[in-house]
Amino acid sequence: MSIAKVLLVDDEIPFVEAMSKRLKKREIDIVTSFSGAEALDALQNDGSIEVAILDVKMPGMDGIETLGEIRKRFPLVEVIMLTGHATVETGIEGMKLGAFDYLMKPCDMTNLMDKLKEAVAKKRRHEEKIIEARMKEITGRRA
Amino acid sequence: MTMKQKTENYYHLLTRNMLLTIIIVSVMPMILVSGITLYQFEISYEEKVHAHLKELVLKHKQNIDTFLREKLDNIRFVGTSFSFEELKDEDFLRNRLETLQQIYGRVFVDLGVVNPKGIQVAYAGPFKLEKAVYSDANWFLQAMQSDYFKSDVFLGLRGLPHFIIAVRENWKGEKWILRATIDFLAFNNLVENLRIGQTGFAFILNQKAEFQTKPRLELAPDSEPYLSLLRNSGEFKDGVRIIEQDDTQGNKMIYVAAILKHGDWLLVYQQKASDAFSELNTTVKITLALILLGAICIVTTAFVISKKMVARVAKADKEKELMNEQIVETGKLASLGELAAGIAHEINNPVAIMVEEAGWIEDLLEEEEFKKGENLDEFERALKQIRTQGRRCKEITHKLLSFARKTDSRIQVVSINDLIEELVMLSEQRAKYSNVTIQVNLQKDLPTVRVSETELQQVMLNLINNALDAMGNAGGSLDISTRMEENNIIIGDHILVEVADNGPGIPTANLARIFDPFFTTKPVGKGTGLGLSICYGILKKMGGDILVRSIVGEGTTFTVKVPLPKKGNENA
Repeated sequence: MSIAKVLLVDDEIPFVEAMSKRLKKREIDIVTSFSGAEALDALQNDGSIEVAILDVKMPGMDGIETLGEIRKRFPLVEVIMLTGHATVETGIEGMKLGAFDYLMKPCDMTNLMDKLKEAVAKKRRHEEKIIEARMKEITGRRA
Repeated sequence: MTMKQKTENYYHLLTRNMLLTIIIVSVMPMILVSGITLYQFEISYEEKVHAHLKELVLKHKQNIDTFLREKLDNIRFVGTSFSFEELKDEDFLRNRLETLQQIYGRVFVDLGVVNPKGIQVAYAGPFKLEKAVYSDANWFLQAMQSDYFKSDVFLGLRGLPHFIIAVRENWKGEKWILRATIDFLAFNNLVENLRIGQTGFAFILNQKAEFQTKPRLELAPDSEPYLSLLRNSGEFKDGVRIIEQDDTQGNKMIYVAAILKHGDWLLVYQQKASDAFSELNTTVKITLALILLGAICIVTTAFVISKKMVARVAKADKEKELMNEQIVETGKLASLGELAAGIAHEINNPVAIMVEEAGWIEDLLEEEEFKKGENLDEFERALKQIRTQGRRCKEITHKLLSFARKTDSRIQVVSINDLIEELVMLSEQRAKYSNVTIQVNLQKDLPTVRVSETELQQVMLNLINNALDAMGNAGGSLDISTRMEENNIIIGDHILVEVADNGPGIPTANLARIFDPFFTTKPVGKGTGLGLSICYGILKKMGGDILVRSIVGEGTTFTVKVPLPKKGNENA
């Protein structure tokens, strides 16, 4: 049983490869994609993805744009931004757009793991609440 | 030629051109206007003088003509009223002369009766001329040809200048002549009275260019222009002719001539042109003096103005040059920043990959088979080192990126005190860890400034962080104060912010370089050396200033000057 199912998005293939190996070793179920568009496809195809790790700077659709799309189409998926810029602004912008948190590249693995766990927990809590609400709705209907 | 000489030459040329332009533009119209006016004035004045002289000469001509006619009429009256029988009697003749002299004064000198053979049969007068023979005398021959005759002036038998009026009458079938001598002096007076100025006088010439009156000066009557006046008698207008000509001495003269005695005589008036036009000449002199004075004034003014202007231009040029240098500096810094940002960004990703790969090896080392390896510790140490250095790279690139990134440089109304209080609040946590007490001493009611808030924040935070870094873990106190400073010559009214720490201070050798980019004294990996140079750039852009004062062992004070909006410029 893995801790979580995570989508890792970055245009730097070696980075994605190294990261996915390390995350797999930490019992994370990992799906990778190398662009914003690919990431959206992956989310579309695999409904079990819980958290997305998004690089801010990518050719084509950049991180912020992709984040917007994810929030719109898959509101329950939590997003952690990875930024190469030291700009607090990009991180803040991402948070404003609904990202769970942001981390600066290169990032500390333990730090990332903590953030991932928190994000997954939040996501699951949300889901539980939704299920609860639904059940209440259904039980309420019966009564 | 050196650069300096070149610019000096340029300003010299500029001064000269300006001077010439001003002088030409102002002097030319003045000369033109004065010249035209003077010319017109001269023409009309000359016309006036000519008209005046003409009238004068005409009047005298009429006087002389009248005089001559009257005298002739007197004699004719005597000749026709009395018979030659009576006139031949010398007593009777003397009586007549006395009567004439009583009525007309001493104009008539003598009277004589001449018989057809030219012998003066009777004579009354002061000379002993009885029985004088005139049969060959020129006047006698001419007098016999017409009823009456006026002679030219001649010496005659008496040896004195005089002229004769003769009347021919028929008596007993023969032509007798009654003649009278006219007093030369009386006649002369008629002409001599015609005097104007210092050089103007008149005289009478006959056709042979002989004087008929005594001129005031010794003149050569047979010289030009008298001869030309005599020759061209046809060109007289209203009986008067005016010519201007140089005389033998080279003086410009005015000659006014009128015909007398039906062309036998010429009344000539002459005057030096300089005398006749003396008023005109005075006016011309005054005008010229005024023009000269004006020209001197203009030249002086032009000289002073062009000197001043060029000095200003030179000053402006120098300022511009300085500004250009500053712009070039700023530009250099900006492009340097861009370059740094580019490099930082490009390096960041490879570093991230390297760190991740090292992390992956670390992960793998934890597996059972490697645990037994004898170099495991060494592996782990090396990997840790890679991670540490990776983080160091990250820090450097992050700082570089923040140096280059565009900040929000919109101008806002900022209260410096509020800004400082906010930053102090943010920094208090860090200060507490390093045992630093922050003391704030802000002057109340400071005016607001118009600057970019983000930039000013960056400046102040940099200074506070630097101070905290400087004091390290040893602790100390950080004093931040603000106050108003007015009437600074260079940047005008401004707000002064002082950030003073009692840290170790900055050695003098380093003080001069602390605002240079990439200059740092922090241990390798701890600082980028960009903080203060960013502060410097921001403040210079605002029109403010940043100064540093430091004593080793006592502390460092940074002084920031933020300019207030200039009065009258506040709404701009």
